[in-house]
Amino acid sequence: MEFSFLNELPKLVWMLIGIVVFLGVIGLMLVLLDAPRSKRDRWQAVFFLGPAVLLLLGGLVYPVIRTTVLSFYDRSGDTFVGLANYLWMFQRPEILQVLLNTLLWVLFAPVLATAVGLLYAVLIDRSRFESLAKSLVFMPMAISFVGASIIWRFVYAYRPADQEQYGLLNQIVVWFGGEPQLWLLNQPLNTFLLILVLIWVQAGFAMVVMSAAIKAIPTETVEAARIDGAGPWQLFSRITLPSVWPTLLVVLITISVQTLKVFDIVRTMTGGNYGTSVIANEMYSQAFSQGQLGQGSALAVFLFVLVIPLVVLQIRRNRKARELA
Amino acid sequence: MPSSVNRRLMAAAAATGGLVLLVSGCSYLSGGDGGTADTSDIDCSPYEQWEDTGGTVSIYASIRDEEGDRLEESWADFAACTGITVQYEGSGEFEAQLPVRLDGGNAPDLAFIPQPGLLERAAEDGHAVPVADGVQSNVESGWSEDWQGYATVDGDLYGSPLGANMKSMVWYSPTFFNENGHEVPETWDEMVELSDTIAADGTKPWCVGFESGDATGWPGTDWIENALLRTSGTDVYHDWIAHDIPFDAPEVEEAFDLADGIIRNEDYVNGTFGGVDSIAVTSFQEAGMPLLDGGCALYLMGSFYGAQFEDDVEIGEDADIYGFVLPPLEADAEVPIMGGGEFVVAFDDRDEVVAMHEYLSSGEYANQRASLGSWVSAHQDLDQSVLADPTDQFTAEVLNDPDTVFHFDGSDAMPSSVGTNVFWGGMVDWVTGADTATVLESVESAWP
Repeated sequence: MEFSFLNELPKLVWMLIGIVVFLGVIGLMLVLLDAPRSKRDRWQAVFFLGPAVLLLLGGLVYPVIRTTVLSFYDRSGDTFVGLANYLWMFQRPEILQVLLNTLLWVLFAPVLATAVGLLYAVLIDRSRFESLAKSLVFMPMAISFVGASIIWRFVYAYRPADQEQYGLLNQIVVWFGGEPQLWLLNQPLNTFLLILVLIWVQAGFAMVVMSAAIKAIPTETVEAARIDGAGPWQLFSRITLPSVWPTLLVVLITISVQTLKVFDIVRTMTGGNYGTSVIANEMYSQAFSQGQLGQGSALAVFLFVLVIPLVVLQIRRNRKARELA
Repeated sequence: MPSSVNRRLMAAAAATGGLVLLVSGCSYLSGGDGGTADTSDIDCSPYEQWEDTGGTVSIYASIRDEEGDRLEESWADFAACTGITVQYEGSGEFEAQLPVRLDGGNAPDLAFIPQPGLLERAAEDGHAVPVADGVQSNVESGWSEDWQGYATVDGDLYGSPLGANMKSMVWYSPTFFNENGHEVPETWDEMVELSDTIAADGTKPWCVGFESGDATGWPGTDWIENALLRTSGTDVYHDWIAHDIPFDAPEVEEAFDLADGIIRNEDYVNGTFGGVDSIAVTSFQEAGMPLLDGGCALYLMGSFYGAQFEDDVEIGEDADIYGFVLPPLEADAEVPIMGGGEFVVAFDDRDEVVAMHEYLSSGEYANQRASLGSWVSAHQDLDQSVLADPTDQFTAEVLNDPDTVFHFDGSDAMPSSVGTNVFWGGMVDWVTGADTATVLESVESAWP
């Protein structure tokens, strides 16, 4: 179907309405806040926090409670089944595989993405083409996970040996005299090939943040170390790394949270097939495609529990940073 | 002007302007562009019984793009003559989103449900309403009992069949067959013999592809269901779907073995795509294309596959592409037909919804929609002369043959946690090397 601006118009109108409502609310708040100054502070708090609290209650707190309750019920949410959904999760081999895959993602994706970003930031620091080099790595950040997945699907595409390859990776293999591989089918290699997509997208974010942190290291410190005769490796391990450590942790945690809820990449590249599914994808599939509301909710709660420690850690770090400042 | 007054004015202007835009935007979305259609050059006589019904009917389905446009065209006259505004919405996530909308109290008036399992769920959860009397009599006179049975839950009819397709169809190239002196096989053994001959000539006879995004694996279930119908017949097939016999019964294993002889045979598959494991990553849309240039000779796929070919590919008994019914084991045995279709299910009983449902279940509608192309119904009043496409003619002939017993796609009729998940996944494991017993046992253990 061709793209027709007229057909898309309703969507644009909805978007416009959203923007207008937002502006309207802000305008209304400003009008009311400009009212006489008595009790102003209290009202100000109510007006600014009120909408946020309402949205949080309706959009976050209520769903969390309902999902948790549903996870103790059967597929339609009628019969209480106790812990059955949680037991199911740890008994079905295909779900155990899902949990294992999620573990692989969390172990490898954040660490590798951060490491690549840090290494790149160090290497290009103060080089002549720094901004060009930065833009190149940062560019994938502008692509959605779905877009990135489609690109990488082409990279991994397979054709038998006697035909022309259109997958970049297999073409390279063929140039070196190898047999084309069914990359997305080979377990557990396929999970790592999917992780690579996340790294490709997220390394730019890690690089930019780490680069800023590196630049914040006082020049005096670096120069003093140089005068004391530190080589590049010593400079990195004794000065750079300890100085950027707090930032490194923030980046690591941020990407970890991203990784735990990764859904788009798996869904676009394999649809969760060939043993590549992860919790977020399985949750959608169970709850919506298969109508197993209880099992889907149990997976959601489990994911939520996994994310909590990371969020707590993040908040603690923020608070500490504020106290220091 | 003091700045605070200025700011207040600006804010007030923003708020008012916003309100105006909001109101006009809403009226645009609620169909302000419609106006009354000109009915002067439409023959409204077929729609007299629903004259001046008026109102709005929302329809939700999985049918999109060109097929969706044809649907909307098919009831345009009806809508214009009865004054009913039809709001059609097709979604690629229909199966997942329909339950969400039902649970969220946002049900459409009508939905076209392609899976009896999902229909049953909507009826049991109390969302669907049993069909009105007019629809009931239309369905009873229009469709054979097997079709009615798939839309019946606890004795009540909850839907009327709409489109239909046939999934016991082997696509082949008549040109390729003529050039090499092959003939359409009459029995399974002849088909295997034919495959051997083609393989000996240096061509992989079969193309198979299971990849279908989120639904990867479903073409495999079609293989097994067709095989089971041929090895064990109707009763076992229905017992298997209803779980009156276990999923891993010996009869089912026998069906797997029959399919095994073809799709896991390295000499037979996978024309131009690679080894047996390439089945798992070859999309079903792409898989049949090598038929056109002799890359393979046979492809089991539903009658709807005809829509995949470009316009310049001629479909017909002596043309580029055609199909035959997957043969039975014995020469004069009954030929079981397996396939699918959608059911129109109502979630409201307002007059206009009933009127729309009555029209959709009528023979007139079947002919109206069929005349627009690429569509077949199992409606007994379907006039086969309105079908332009040879595949549609062939399908309609098979479906409407009084001797045909239609078997609904088993995986679509099973509980969705099996039929749309473990069974699909099991087929993927199977073609990538898992042994039959393991796959059968794993699906059986997932039965709710």
